Amino acid sequence: MTYNEFKEKLSNLKSWQLMYREIMLLGKSLPEMPELLKTDDVLIKGCESKVWLRVELSDDQILVLIGDSDTRIVKGLMGLIMLMHQGKTPEQSVKINAYDEFEQLGLIKHLSPSRGNGIKAIADTIHEQVKQWL
Amino acid sequence: MCPIPELRQQFPILTSKNEEPFIYLDSGATSQKPQQVIEAIDSFYREQNANVHRGLHTLSAQATSAFEQAREKVAKFLNVQSNEIVWTSGATDSINIIANGIKAQLSQGDVICVSALEHHANIVPWQEICKEKGCILKVLPITKSGILDLKSSVELIFEQKPKIVAISHASNALGNIQPVEKIIEAAHKVTATTVVDGAQAFMHLRPDLRKLDCDFYVFSAHKALGPTGLGVLYGKYDQLNALNPLRFGGEMIKEVSFEMTSFQDAPSKFEAGTPNISAVIGFSAALDFLNSIDYKELQQYEQGLYDCLLTQLRSINGIIIYGDTENNIGTVSFRYKNEHHFDLATFLNGYGIAIRSGHHCTQPLMKALDIDGTIRVSLAFYNNHDDIDAFIQALKESIDLLEI
Ligand SMILES: Cc1ncc(COP(=O)(O)O)c(C=O)c1O
Repeated sequence: MTYNEFKEKLSNLKSWQLMYREIMLLGKSLPEMPELLKTDDVLIKGCESKVWLRVELSDDQILVLIGDSDTRIVKGLMGLIMLMHQGKTPEQSVKINAYDEFEQLGLIKHLSPSRGNGIKAIADTIHEQVKQWL
Repeated sequence: MCPIPELRQQFPILTSKNEEPFIYLDSGATSQKPQQVIEAIDSFYREQNANVHRGLHTLSAQATSAFEQAREKVAKFLNVQSNEIVWTSGATDSINIIANGIKAQLSQGDVICVSALEHHANIVPWQEICKEKGCILKVLPITKSGILDLKSSVELIFEQKPKIVAISHASNALGNIQPVEKIIEAAHKVTATTVVDGAQAFMHLRPDLRKLDCDFYVFSAHKALGPTGLGVLYGKYDQLNALNPLRFGGEMIKEVSFEMTSFQDAPSKFEAGTPNISAVIGFSAALDFLNSIDYKELQQYEQGLYDCLLTQLRSINGIIIYGDTENNIGTVSFRYKNEHHFDLATFLNGYGIAIRSGHHCTQPLMKALDIDGTIRVSLAFYNNHDDIDAFIQALKESIDLLEI
């Protein structure tokens, strides 16, 4: 599924419960992150829950992301951010504003400030990594 | 005064007609404020505002007298003398004042005991003193379910002969009412100074400090219907007066010259600068409110709510409850299976339920219980059975949402 397809799907949902359900399902569908890869250097600071995220550049110069979280919701939200960046070139990736996207989806108003900051922390981490490949 | 269930009507935030549901079950974090407290602060600023202990003018004299009457009111509430009551900015501030003030009496190798159930506010100030003075921090242990192990704790006190024993009257994370009388008795046998953190207990337990016999007792006004930014530090007079002040200037000074400055005695000695006058006035109204409630009735009512909450929670498969459910101020800390507290808390918030989730500023306790946090429901007398029903309903729906 592409990000736009997922966005379309969310926009048809009537309640926050259904939206969260889709987001959690997205998190659940992410490829499993091997425990060995969950090292402290990829643990994102600024989140209430544990979030690990690895960003790599493939041989054909597109981003490959893999991540995990110990909570279902954050894992889903991270999955959504990963979906925005997955398969993009570094140039495309730095232009993505995940927080704005979340706002458009109406997700931010359901999130407490600390969770909103968590989203920012994940998005910033990706951008920081990507900068080295520009 | 009116029956307990009707007191809720006097809390504007609980009765305002919002479109979104709002169920407040986070009184452990801060209590809501009754009309009387809000009005007292409002009318102070509108009609009485003046600094205290300063001017000769009428308003200042009135403000000073209201300010000092509030001190007397707290003293009476706690059954102590008013010169044993210091206004601080909160429980955390009070503990810091004690820790800093007593450190001159400590030497290298002295032992300080805290319980494993303490809030960070009653751990870190002692840790810092230990670092500075070369003292040793020892922990009064708990059982697997998160209850103070009284026997081992008393043994530890006898064995270590600490200089200070600091313990909470009730745990903020789990709600346990701690056996402070027995700990104080043991501590005094080895001539330790006892510091009781009453932040959670004050409103629910209304302690008689003469009877409790602790050397120091602290709490925050905002957890007892009062405003934020105000706390109380009680100390037995001689011990209180023996503390060195933490802050200097203003009211705490007796005489200043460039050669030699002298300080007032307690309590003024610890109240440097202009105090939080409006908060004191507001808290005074909060004490009037508390005084007007029959305590026996209040206890019964709160116990009834707590029992109802416990019974309903226990009927949900997969709920794990932590702490002492026999002696409790009305706080329930729980987890659901091995789900993360964060997910449940997010859903509960979606249903308009205000609870707290996380480690509750008690990371060492969470570590001892081998969990990363809980969901905490903390009740007050302004809650009712509808609140509990709404919470249980929302919890069940939240649990269903987790099943994907
Ligand atoms: C047991 C306990 N001690 C100390 C504190 C600190 O209180 P304050 O933040 O008002 O200073 C709290 C507040 O949560 C508490 O529950």
